Amino acid sequence: MENSNKRYWKGIEELTNDPSFVKNIHNEFGNMPSENDSKGDSLVDGTGTHRRDFLKVLGFGVAAVSLAACEAPVKNTIPYLNKPEDVEPTIANWYASTFTDGGEYASVLVKTREGRPIKIEGNKLSPVSKGALSARAQASVLSLYDNEKLKGPQAGGKATDWVQLDKEFVAKLSAIAAKGGQIRIVSNTILSPTTKKVIAEFTAKYPTTQHVVYDANSAYGLSVAHGGIIPSIDFSKAKTIVSLGADFLGTWVAPTEFAGQWAETRRVGSGKDGKKEMSRHYQFETILSNTGANADYRSAYKPSQEGLVAVALYNAVAKLTGAATVAGTSVKIDHLEAAAKDLVKSKGASIVVSGSNDPQVQKIVAATNALVGAYGATINTGVAVNYRQGNDMAMSNFINEVSAGKVSAVIFYNANPVYNHPMGAKLGAALAKVELTLSTNDRADETGSLCQYNAPDSHYLESWNDAEPKTGFYSLVQPTISTIFKTRQAQDSFLTWAGNTTDYATYLERNWESTILKSGSLAWKTALHDGVFGGNATVSSASPAVNTAEAAAAISKAYSNGSDLELAVYEKVGLGTGSQANNPWLQEFPEPVSKACWDNYASISQPTATKLNLKQGDVVKVSANGTEVSLPVLVQPGQANDTVAISIGYGRAKAGKSANGVGVNAYPFITEVNGACVGACTKGVSVTSTGEEKAIAQTQTHNTVMARQAVVQETVLGEFVKNPMSGRFVPEVLTSEGKKKATDLSLWNGHDYNNHAWGMVIDLNTCTGCSACVVSCNAENNIAVVGRQEVINRREMHWMRIDRYYSSDAEVEDLKGLEVASDNPEVVFQPMLCQHCNNAPCETVCPVLATTHSSEGLNQMTYNRCIGTRYCANNCPYKVRRFNWFRYFQTDEYDFNFNNDLGRMVINPDVTVRSRGVMEKCSMCVQRIQEGKLAAKKEKRRPIDGEIEIACAQSCPTNAITFGDMNDPKSAISVLLAEEREGRAYGVIEEINVKPNISYLMKVRNKEAKKHSEA
Amino acid sequence: MFNRKITLVTFLFSLALLFSSNVVFAQDAAEGETLFKNNCAACHNTSDEVLVGPGLKGISERRPIDWIIKWVHNPQAVIGSGDKYANDLYTKFNKAAMTPYPNFSDDQIKGIVAYIDAANAAPAAPAAGAAPAEGAAAAPAQSSGGMMEGLLVGLLLIMVLVLVALLSIVNTLSKLASGEAQDETPLAKRIQDNIKAMAANSAIKTGVIVLILLFGGKATIDAAYGVGIHQGYAPEQPIKFSHKLHAGQYQINCNYCHTGVYSGKGANVPSANICMNCHNAIKRESPEIQKIYRAIEKDEPIQWVRVHNLPDLAYFNHSQHTNVGGLECKNCHGDIDKMEVVEQRSSLTMGWCIDCHRETDVNSKGNAYYDKLVELHNKDSKTPLKVQNIGGLECSKCHY
Repeated sequence: MENSNKRYWKGIEELTNDPSFVKNIHNEFGNMPSENDSKGDSLVDGTGTHRRDFLKVLGFGVAAVSLAACEAPVKNTIPYLNKPEDVEPTIANWYASTFTDGGEYASVLVKTREGRPIKIEGNKLSPVSKGALSARAQASVLSLYDNEKLKGPQAGGKATDWVQLDKEFVAKLSAIAAKGGQIRIVSNTILSPTTKKVIAEFTAKYPTTQHVVYDANSAYGLSVAHGGIIPSIDFSKAKTIVSLGADFLGTWVAPTEFAGQWAETRRVGSGKDGKKEMSRHYQFETILSNTGANADYRSAYKPSQEGLVAVALYNAVAKLTGAATVAGTSVKIDHLEAAAKDLVKSKGASIVVSGSNDPQVQKIVAATNALVGAYGATINTGVAVNYRQGNDMAMSNFINEVSAGKVSAVIFYNANPVYNHPMGAKLGAALAKVELTLSTNDRADETGSLCQYNAPDSHYLESWNDAEPKTGFYSLVQPTISTIFKTRQAQDSFLTWAGNTTDYATYLERNWESTILKSGSLAWKTALHDGVFGGNATVSSASPAVNTAEAAAAISKAYSNGSDLELAVYEKVGLGTGSQANNPWLQEFPEPVSKACWDNYASISQPTATKLNLKQGDVVKVSANGTEVSLPVLVQPGQANDTVAISIGYGRAKAGKSANGVGVNAYPFITEVNGACVGACTKGVSVTSTGEEKAIAQTQTHNTVMARQAVVQETVLGEFVKNPMSGRFVPEVLTSEGKKKATDLSLWNGHDYNNHAWGMVIDLNTCTGCSACVVSCNAENNIAVVGRQEVINRREMHWMRIDRYYSSDAEVEDLKGLEVASDNPEVVFQPMLCQHCNNAPCETVCPVLATTHSSEGLNQMTYNRCIGTRYCANNCPYKVRRFNWFRYFQTDEYDFNFNNDLGRMVINPDVTVRSRGVMEKCSMCVQRIQEGKLAAKKEKRRPIDGEIEIACAQSCPTNAITFGDMNDPKSAISVLLAEEREGRAYGVIEEINVKPNISYLMKVRNKEAKKHSEA
Repeated sequence: MFNRKITLVTFLFSLALLFSSNVVFAQDAAEGETLFKNNCAACHNTSDEVLVGPGLKGISERRPIDWIIKWVHNPQAVIGSGDKYANDLYTKFNKAAMTPYPNFSDDQIKGIVAYIDAANAAPAAPAAGAAPAEGAAAAPAQSSGGMMEGLLVGLLLIMVLVLVALLSIVNTLSKLASGEAQDETPLAKRIQDNIKAMAANSAIKTGVIVLILLFGGKATIDAAYGVGIHQGYAPEQPIKFSHKLHAGQYQINCNYCHTGVYSGKGANVPSANICMNCHNAIKRESPEIQKIYRAIEKDEPIQWVRVHNLPDLAYFNHSQHTNVGGLECKNCHGDIDKMEVVEQRSSLTMGWCIDCHRETDVNSKGNAYYDKLVELHNKDSKTPLKVQNIGGLECSKCHY
C-alpha cells in the first residue's frame, strides 16, 4: 500500500514480493484443492462434478421436490408444562455473573434464550472490568457446550454415581488422614473467597491437607518483589509507560483491564478543545507482542539480557534522579536513555512494568518505580490484585514430594499441571505412587486421565460462586442453565467430603450475608442483580523495600550478553494458557500480530532465518532444556535476532477433537531462574531443519489492498498538535473546473435517510488489535468455524478481521532503510468489516439483487436470494465478503461445534445459519438494531443513544468502536464525527468514493516529529 | 366515584361534550378493558353469567369500591378477615380462591370496574368488533389471484368456442361452395366425420398441442409455486382444543394463553399450567382435559402440531405487528374464534407479506417513534404513510 509519506505491508511476503503472494494477489478466491478433493468423490462438495453426477443430483433433486410437494413433514411445537414466570420464549433474559478461569476475571452479563446461554457480554457496572471482555471470556460460552467434557463422575475410568464416589473417596481419604498421610489440593489461582473458605473447611476435617496454588503463566516474581501481593496498577494515570517484556495489553496479569486504562491515555481529539496529550509508551521485549505492536518506541532484547536491561534502566533513572547506581553489565539497546529521561520528566505519572517472572528483576523494577514516584500514583500497594496467587516454589516442592512418594492423596482442583507445568512429565510419571488421586477437571485431560477418581466440576455458567479480583471488590457467579451433564460443583464436592451437608448456593449466600454484605437479604438480591459489590479503593504509596545491590548481583550472575541462540516461551492472546484449547472459536482466532491460527510455531526474525538458512513453513526441530519439538517456522519481523519463540497453550493431548495434536507443548521449555518459572532458555538451544514443510494457517495476506492508497493513515503527536489534518491523505481529482475532492464527485444520487443512519467510528489510536471483537462477532452471528486447512485455502468466514500492517518511518524511496526497518517495524491494527458503503460496489453487480441498500444506511445481505455468483466479493474494495464454499454445519468434514447437537445450542436463534453457496458479511448486527428499534416503538419513543449496541462495539475493552445513529445530532457518534470530520476521521480508500458509513480515526503516535516531514 | 358518575352519564348520552373528564374515563375504561381481557376474562364475564367465578354485572352496586380493591389485591386476606360476603362467595364457589393481583393499582381496578359498568350500559361495546380498517386490506389482495385465473380460463373457453364455430362455418361454406347437397347423414355420423376431419387438420392439431402445453405448463408452474405453501393446513392436534369455544364463545383474550403475542417474537403455545388456571376447576372429567392432567402427571410435555411454519430464513416478530402495528390476530390468522380446528388461513408467502406492507398505513398515531417520519413524509406526499415508505419492503427487515 502506498501513502503520501509511508509504505505499509501486510507481511514479509508482501515486502519481499514472495512468488506465492504475487500469485494470489489477483486471485480473489483460493482455488487450491480442498481437503475433500483428495477423497475422490466430488459430488458433495461441488468441485469438478461429472456429467453423470450432475444427472444423479438433478434426478434426486426433482424427486425430492416432488416428494416435498406431496406432503410437508409434520413439525411439533412443544411448550413448557409449567412455564416459569420470568421465562418467555423468544425473549432473552440477561443474568449478571462472573467469568473466572484460574486468575482470569471479568464481570459478565449472560444472555439466555429459552434457558440456554448464547452470548457473554461485559458488565458495565463492574468497577474492575468495566464492561471489557477478553476473547477467551467471549468464547467461554462455547466451552459450556463442549461435547467432550466428562458426562458424570468416574472411578478408575468407569462411570459411577456421586453417592458411590463420595462413599469410596471419603472412606479412603479418612483412612489416609487417620494414618497422618499427606493430602494436597492443587489448584490454579482461586479468586473466590467463599471457595477458599470451603477448602479451609475441608482442611479442618483432614488436617494433613495443604493447598498448593500455581499458575500456568506465573507472576510469582512480581508478587515476591512486593512482599507476597500483586499491587494494583493504573495505566490511566501514566504519562510515561515503560514495559520490559510485559505484554500488558495482551496477556500480562489483567490485559483487558489494562487495555482500558491504557486507551484512556491515548485518546485525542481534533477539535479546538480536544485532548492533545498522550502517554508515551516504550516497549523493550523479545517477541513482537501485542503490546509492543502498540508502543511508540520499541526495541528488542534477548531473554538473556532481560535482567541487564532492567538494571540499565534503573541506573539511567538513578543517574538522573541522583540516586545510587548499582553494578551491572552494560547492555546496548535503543531508546533506553530516552525512556529513562521521560520517566523522570513525568515523575509521579510514570510506570515501569516487567513481564519477567524472575523475582530479582521485579525487585529492580520496583526500585525503579519507587525512584520515579509510581507508588501511590500509578501503582497502588493498598489494593492487592488477586489474579495471580501461584507460588512457583511451593509447586516445585509439591512435585518433588510426589516423586519422592511423600504424598498420599492429591486432589487436582481444576488444575492440569501434567500439561501446563514445566515439570508436568515428572509429575505425570510420579502420580502412580500416590495412593489416592482425584481430579475435578471438566474432562479426563492430561492430569485427569491419570487420576483414580474424576469428580467433574460444573462450568461456571452452571455454578454458584463468587470472586474477589481485587481487595474489597466482589462479584457473584450465578447459574444460567441447569447442569448439562451429571456434573457437580467442586465446592459442593468439597463440602460433602468435609461432612458439611449445606449446599454451596446456601453456603455462599450465608457467607456473603455474614462477611461481605453484612446487611439484609435485599442487599443479597441487589448484589446478585448487579453481579458486583463493593469497591472502595484505599490508596497506599508504600513501596516495597528492595536491596538493589543484592538484586543486581543476583541478576549479573544469571544474565549476560550472550551470542547463542535463545528460546523464548510466551502466551498467545487468543488461546492463552490452553485451558480452553478445545474451543474451536479460540483455535481459529487469528493471533493479533502473527495472524496465525490453528497452530503454534517457531517464530524467528528474518536475519536469523537467513543465518540458519530457513524460510517460513520449514519444519524445524527445536531442542533445549532436555525437550525436543518439531514445528514450522514463522518469520516474525520485530523479534530479537538469534532468538526463537514458541507459545504455550498448544500441544494438548487429551483436551478434545479441536485441540488434540494442534501445535506442540512448550511448557517444558520453561526454566527455573532465581526460584521462579521463567519462560526462556538461554543456553543449549538448537534449531535444526527437518527438511519437511508445513503451511501455517495465517490470515494476514489473504486479501490485498491492490496498491490502493491511504488504507491506514497516521501521524505523530508533534505534528498533530500543530495540525489535526497532518498525516491525512485527502484524495483530489483534476476536473475541468480545477482540482476537486474525490469525495465531492459522484455518479450516484445518494440516499435519503429519514429515519436512522447507522454508522460506526473506529479509533485506530485506541484499538490495540486484541481481537475480542472477532470472537464476539462469531458468537453473535453464528459464524462457522472452517478449520485449519480451509484457513490455509483462504476461506475463513470471520466477518470481522483485524488487519495488521507493518510500516516504517524510513522514506518511501529509501529501500535500504525499509529493509532495516522490517527488522523492527511499526505496526498499525485496523479492524476491517463491511463498510456499509453508500455507493456500494457490491450492490451494483449482484445479478439477483441479493445485496441491497436499506433506508437506514445498511448494506443488506439476503442469503435466501443469493445464488453465489461471488461478483459482489470480486467487486468489494475492502474484501470483507465471505463465501460459504461448503456446508459448515452438520458436515463431518467440519467437525466443530456446528456438527453436534450440544455445540449447536450456542446458535443465536435470531440469526440465520448460512448454508453452502451463499455469500455473507457483516450485517452491522441488524438483529440487534431491529430489536432495539422495536423496544423503542413499543414504548412509543425514539431509541436512546447507546441503547442499541452491536457485538463488536460492546466487547471492545478500549471503546475504540463507537456505533450509533448519525441522524441523531446528540448521539455519541454524531458528536465524535462533528469534532473529527475536519481532523482525524477518514474513510478507507476514500478516492474511490464509495462513501462508507464506517469512519476511521487516524492513528497518532507519540513520537518526536521527523525532521523531513512532508506534512 | 365522581369520575364514574360522569362517565355513566356520558355513556348514556353516548358522546363527548364533557371532553376533559371523558378523556380521563376513556383511558381508564380502555386500560380497564385491556386488563380485564388479559387477566379476568378467563374466569369472569361482564354480564351476570357465571363462568369460573361469578358474573360481574352490577359489581359496583353490589360491593363498595374499597372492598373490591382489597379483594382483588388479596382475596384470601379478605376471606381470612371474616368478611361475611367474602366467605359466602368462597363457599358458593367450592372454595376455589381467586388469583390475587397485588400489582394492580387502585386506579387500574377502578378502571376495570368502569369497564364492566360500561360494557353493561352499552351492550354493543365498540371493543368487541371493529377490526382496524387496515386489516381488511389483505383479503382482496388474497382473492385477486383466483380471479385472474378464472378470467383466463373463461377467455380460453370462449376462444375454443369461437374456434369451433369458425371451423364449422368454414366447413359448411366449403361444402356449399363445392356444391354438395344438404347432407342427409345422421347427426352422430356427421359429428364423427367432423371430428375426424378436425383430427386430420394439422392446424388444429398444432393448436391443441400448444394448448395442452400451455395448460400443462401453467399447471406445473402453479404447482411449483405452491410447494411449501400450506394454506388450509389444519392438522389434527393431540388434544381437541377448540378455539371456537374459548376465543369465540367465552371471548378469552388471545393474550391470556398466547403470552408472548404482544411482547415477543413468538406468540407462544400456552404451557399446561395456563390451561390449569381454569381447568383445575372446570370440566375436569372431560377425556380431552384428562390428557392434560396425564401430561402433567407424567411430566411429559404436550406435543402440539405446528400449524404456521415460517422458514428459518424469515424473521417474523409478533409484537411488531400486534403491539406496535395494532393489528388484530385475525388479520393473518383468519376467524380463529370460529375455528373448531385451527387451520392456516393465509398463504404466508413473501408476496403475501409484501402486499400487506405495501397497502397498510403505519400505526403512527401517538407513537413518538414515527413523529419525524410522518412529518417528513407529509411534506412530499398526500397519501398516508405506508409501511413500505419506512423500509417495510427492505430485505433485512425480515432476513438476517
